[in-house]
Amino acid sequence: MGGIDADLIAAVAPFLWDGLCTSLELLVLAMAGGISLGAILAVIRIAGPKPLAALAATYVNGLRSIPLIMVILWFYLLMPLATGRPIGAFTSALVAFTIFEAAYYSEIIRAGIQSISKQQLAAATASGLSPLQAYRFVVLPQAFRNMTPILLSQSIALFQDTSLVYVVGLRDFMTAVSVTANREGHLVAFYLFAALVYFVLCSTGAQSVQLLKKSMVSQ
Amino acid sequence: MIYHWDWSVPISAPYLGWLMSGLAWTLLVAGAAWVLAFIVGVGIGILRTLPNRAARRFGALYVTIFRSIPLLLQLFLWYFVVPELLPASAAHWIKRDLPLPEYWTSVIGLGLFTAARIAEQIRAGIEAVGRGQSMAAAASGLTLLQSYRYVVLPVAARYVLPPLTSEFLNVIKNSSLALTIGLLELTGQSRQIEGETFHGIEAFTAATLIYVVLTLAAIAAMRALERVVAIPGVMARV
Amino acid sequence: MTIPLRLDSRNFVRDELDLVLRPVVIAIDHVSKKFGDLDVLKQCSMTVLKGEVVVVCGPSGSGKSTLLKCVNGLEGFQAGTITVAGTSVGERRTDLTKLRSQIGMVFQHFELYPHLTVLQNITLAPIQVLGRTKSAAFDKAMSLLRRVGLADKADCHPGQLSGGQQQRAAIARALAMDPIAMLFDEPTSALDPETISEVLDVMTGLARDGMTMMVVTHEMGFARHVANRVVFMDGGCILEEAAAEAFFAQPSTERARSFLSKILRQQ
Repeated sequence: MGGIDADLIAAVAPFLWDGLCTSLELLVLAMAGGISLGAILAVIRIAGPKPLAALAATYVNGLRSIPLIMVILWFYLLMPLATGRPIGAFTSALVAFTIFEAAYYSEIIRAGIQSISKQQLAAATASGLSPLQAYRFVVLPQAFRNMTPILLSQSIALFQDTSLVYVVGLRDFMTAVSVTANREGHLVAFYLFAALVYFVLCSTGAQSVQLLKKSMVSQ
Repeated sequence: MIYHWDWSVPISAPYLGWLMSGLAWTLLVAGAAWVLAFIVGVGIGILRTLPNRAARRFGALYVTIFRSIPLLLQLFLWYFVVPELLPASAAHWIKRDLPLPEYWTSVIGLGLFTAARIAEQIRAGIEAVGRGQSMAAAASGLTLLQSYRYVVLPVAARYVLPPLTSEFLNVIKNSSLALTIGLLELTGQSRQIEGETFHGIEAFTAATLIYVVLTLAAIAAMRALERVVAIPGVMARV
Repeated sequence: MTIPLRLDSRNFVRDELDLVLRPVVIAIDHVSKKFGDLDVLKQCSMTVLKGEVVVVCGPSGSGKSTLLKCVNGLEGFQAGTITVAGTSVGERRTDLTKLRSQIGMVFQHFELYPHLTVLQNITLAPIQVLGRTKSAAFDKAMSLLRRVGLADKADCHPGQLSGGQQQRAAIARALAMDPIAMLFDEPTSALDPETISEVLDVMTGLARDGMTMMVVTHEMGFARHVANRVVFMDGGCILEEAAAEAFFAQPSTERARSFLSKILRQQ
């Protein structure tokens, strides 16, 4: 165990960078999958046939009542059993995040759509638009505007949550830092460094969301 | 792949005992962390609404820091880093004499993390009460302290009950992170059973069901509380 | 300072003498307020004498509500002085809490406390600020509720009352502190048309009983029949200050004339 010097930093930097890329990859893919699945769930809950809507509600409320770690462990266990062959930690984690975050995204999207008052829908249909057109041209554009900042905030939380793949040993940024810290014997320095990286990324992200919100209000 | 089902695993000795012990630790961590989070969170949330600029800045800084670092890393910081940064005598006490270090670290880490989230809800609740109400309180000669105590906080408390319910559920769920620093709470125990018996599905199912029951119980309790404190004529729950 | 007159033929002489002898309760002297680059108030000066009713009117955004809120220090100002019963409002050393407990205020949106009953709304400040006993505060509150016609609503929560009832309860709440003056901030603007008169009736009764009142309102009927004087504001300035009859008979500025013609056409 030596001091922290340029050599050590140069030696561990690529490993940590790979970890950060894995985290970001997880974030982007899980965000895309989660928002898509979440949108489908939200639409089913608002406009779908009753039994299907009830099913979607059970999905959302069920997933929201269990810890994310539990879900990650579930998929790490189940995916190989279901597919009959070994599956990497990345794929199982990605599926777990997509399935899990979809429940949260769907609630945001549903609230966004329902926040547009019934009067707007009434006004649109009164002017001769079909219900589908009313949603397409009047309700959804307003709803997406309202929900975008919240979807982004949820995604910042998702980015922090990706650190939980630590429990299945996937080498994301958090795990890479932890592995390096233990190997090099510099827990304090490496964990503080990781905290700084997460802090800068997440607080900058949160500030950008605030700016976006303000610019949307002033428009 | 062939999976040998054995649903007796999670309800037979010693595994049932493991699950129950895990449940007990989940409740102990979540309960204590909630108390800490509530006290700190209400304090920070109030600070963020005061006329004093320094108080508001401090509150905002707390929230930004604790919301920008993953909870897992915060637990590692409290467990591995903070004792190293303390004066030698305090560090010595933590490492040698503190009973149940995993437990107390989880409570502090989870509590202070959740406090930042609660603070945001409290601030939003106070702002929802509106400037008009504080003006009316001030206009009738109430001091700032009195106006918070008799007017602003009682109304804000009713606004924040529903969001606090979900924060309470989050604390229960997030207590599972304690397994990463070696506390065998519910999730940790179910993983332990999986490792021991290779009956992961059964063990995870049992743990998952327990979480669902906990969630439903917490929601029912908070709904009942909301009904008790509901104000006639306003904010009726639909 | 010109001495305002109430041109009420029956009591002309008595009122005139009376007014000369009346002490000044609210004195606003060259008050200016900026919000960033915006001049919200510019060199505003006016007075309210004891027992007088002064209506402040003007188009929206003219600064009239801001001026009213400066009187009990709910809004700060950068220049000039405001004195209420001899106490300077803007000074650092002034105990604003004490001053406010002596001035009643009625808000546009009532601002009754939703979690308290009407009775609790009225007794909160007398008990907490003035240190009155519960039973004394209760008796006072009940007599005030009878006066505003709400004795049967004492145990209701504000959300269960109509707008007009809420505003009357809010007036009772302000009166419970035995104020030396009452400030009204557009007290009828948030009300349904059919409940406006019940609030104006209570205010008229108060004026008859000699309460000192500064009233921001668009109710020109109230201004004409109840107020002693009318102050007209526009763009943060006080453009006109005149006896009510004179103001309505012959406004001296063009802006007041056009304001009056617009608002009277609406009403």
